[in-house]
Amino acid sequence: MKIRQIAIFLENKKGRLADVTRVLSEASVNIRALSLADTADFGILRLIVNDTDKALEALKKAAFVAQVNEVMAVEVDDRPGGLARILEVFDKNNINIEYMYAFVEKRVENAIVIFKIDDHDRAVEVMKKNNISVVTNDILKNL
Amino acid sequence: MWNVKHESMGRKELEHLQYERLSALVNKLYNRVPFYTKRMDEKKVKPGDIKKLSDIAKLPFSTKTDMREVYPYGLLASDPNDIVEIHTSSGTTGKPVVGAYTKNDIDLWSEGMARTLAMGDTTREDTVQNAYGYGLFTGGLGIHYGARKIGANLIPISGGNTQRQVMMMQDFKVTVLCCTPSYAMNIAEVGLESGVDFDSLPLRMGFFGAEPWGEGMRRELEEKLKIKAIDIYGMTEIIGPGVASECMQQNGLHIFEDLFYPEIINPDTGEVLPPGEKGELVITTLTREGTPVLRYRTRDITYLMPEFCSCGRTLVRMHRLMGRTDDMLIIRGVNVFPSQIEEVLLKVEGVQPHYQIIVERQGQLDTIEVQVEMNEKLLSDEIKNLAGTEKQIENAIYSTLNVHSKVKLVEPKSIPRSEGKAKRVIDKRKI
Repeated sequence: MKIRQIAIFLENKKGRLADVTRVLSEASVNIRALSLADTADFGILRLIVNDTDKALEALKKAAFVAQVNEVMAVEVDDRPGGLARILEVFDKNNINIEYMYAFVEKRVENAIVIFKIDDHDRAVEVMKKNNISVVTNDILKNL
Repeated sequence: MWNVKHESMGRKELEHLQYERLSALVNKLYNRVPFYTKRMDEKKVKPGDIKKLSDIAKLPFSTKTDMREVYPYGLLASDPNDIVEIHTSSGTTGKPVVGAYTKNDIDLWSEGMARTLAMGDTTREDTVQNAYGYGLFTGGLGIHYGARKIGANLIPISGGNTQRQVMMMQDFKVTVLCCTPSYAMNIAEVGLESGVDFDSLPLRMGFFGAEPWGEGMRRELEEKLKIKAIDIYGMTEIIGPGVASECMQQNGLHIFEDLFYPEIINPDTGEVLPPGEKGELVITTLTREGTPVLRYRTRDITYLMPEFCSCGRTLVRMHRLMGRTDDMLIIRGVNVFPSQIEEVLLKVEGVQPHYQIIVERQGQLDTIEVQVEMNEKLLSDEIKNLAGTEKQIENAIYSTLNVHSKVKLVEPKSIPRSEGKAKRVIDKRKI
């Protein structure tokens, strides 16, 4: 139920994002989802890729500081109110979202959204109780 | 102990020896070196006025500026034909400082360095990798002469080519590493990155000096390289390394007082301070022939520790350097030493000793930015945690130094690695 995400530290310098994508391209790694959070000085690039271990190895070899974190991927109805319904469930159950971003690909008719929450296991339970589909690593790989 | 007689001499006997040597030195300098004749005349002091050791306080000081002004041979006290070797400081900020060595001076230097290496139990059975730069810089040949005197197996690899350093260290079963602490850190990192298991190597001692380094840096080096790290002290103006060194107690550096007479002075007034009081270290070379110095102001800040040391040496210790009167930064009226910032940084969990201090003046205000390299231990996928790390370091610097700084996390390897002396401060102020 936990999705592996790579977080990469980037200084706010010209060309650094391009460097990351080049390293991943050379390692034949495909990016499935990404988000960039930044301050005036630095940014954190978060990636979901098709081969996390290979990507991590290639990034470290290229002297990037990178680490793997666990996040939750949830299916969201691709229609007005789809995301609102899920966020309402989070709110009602006092689950705090650290950050979220959307997946590039669609799974049949639904969108996929990535959430970072502190209490991962409880969040997954709440999702299940509310009939919200949580996506596994296997499903993501086969998209 | 390399020289039991002189390193564990009774204090009375030592002071007698120091006086005899000082008296002879003053006579020689007054009669042979016009620079000192002039300085002593200006202070209205004659060699005959030096009747006891404490009369040294009547003598004039000498400074780095003096030495530059008399470049190249103005301080020569021996027959020029007796000189067998010349060394100079790097001279990056002006004319270099010159050290001229007679055959006896080389023996004296070898003695100081043999004592230093023997502080870490170095014997003829050891293999010494000397990664100090060879050439005019005294670090390389100083270690070289000391290791030769001891009869250890010496690898004169000099600085640079870190991959080869790591290879030689493994292949020749090196037990003792000598270099600047920042270069030792570079060697450790390159070794660890290429998968070297330092635990399995016979490397056991490191003799590090020629730049300021703190206890945090010592812990890092000892943990990474699996060694005991010894702080050594010296400078070209005196003779090079081999003036003072820590013993295995790692609690202050024993000064080889029978050869180099130490005083601590108030840097503003020049007044001699009692043991235990912090001030500027002043050294007189008691036996040097080529370019002896009288009361040389080192600009290094420390204090003397006269207490008995359990290693058995009676030689006084000086505390590890606490800063320099000239690398002191004055930031909005507060005195800041880069070494203090290093100490603060290394107390923060996960911070590695790769940092640079950038001082700028914006309008009338000095600003200080501390760049700290990012690493996996510090990384988080959440901005607030990284911003929190920056804030935590800023607060730690403020609470220790009372100076506001801006901490900036930078990418690994973005701060240049040292192959000799590390450049810690970039002062962009135009004053």
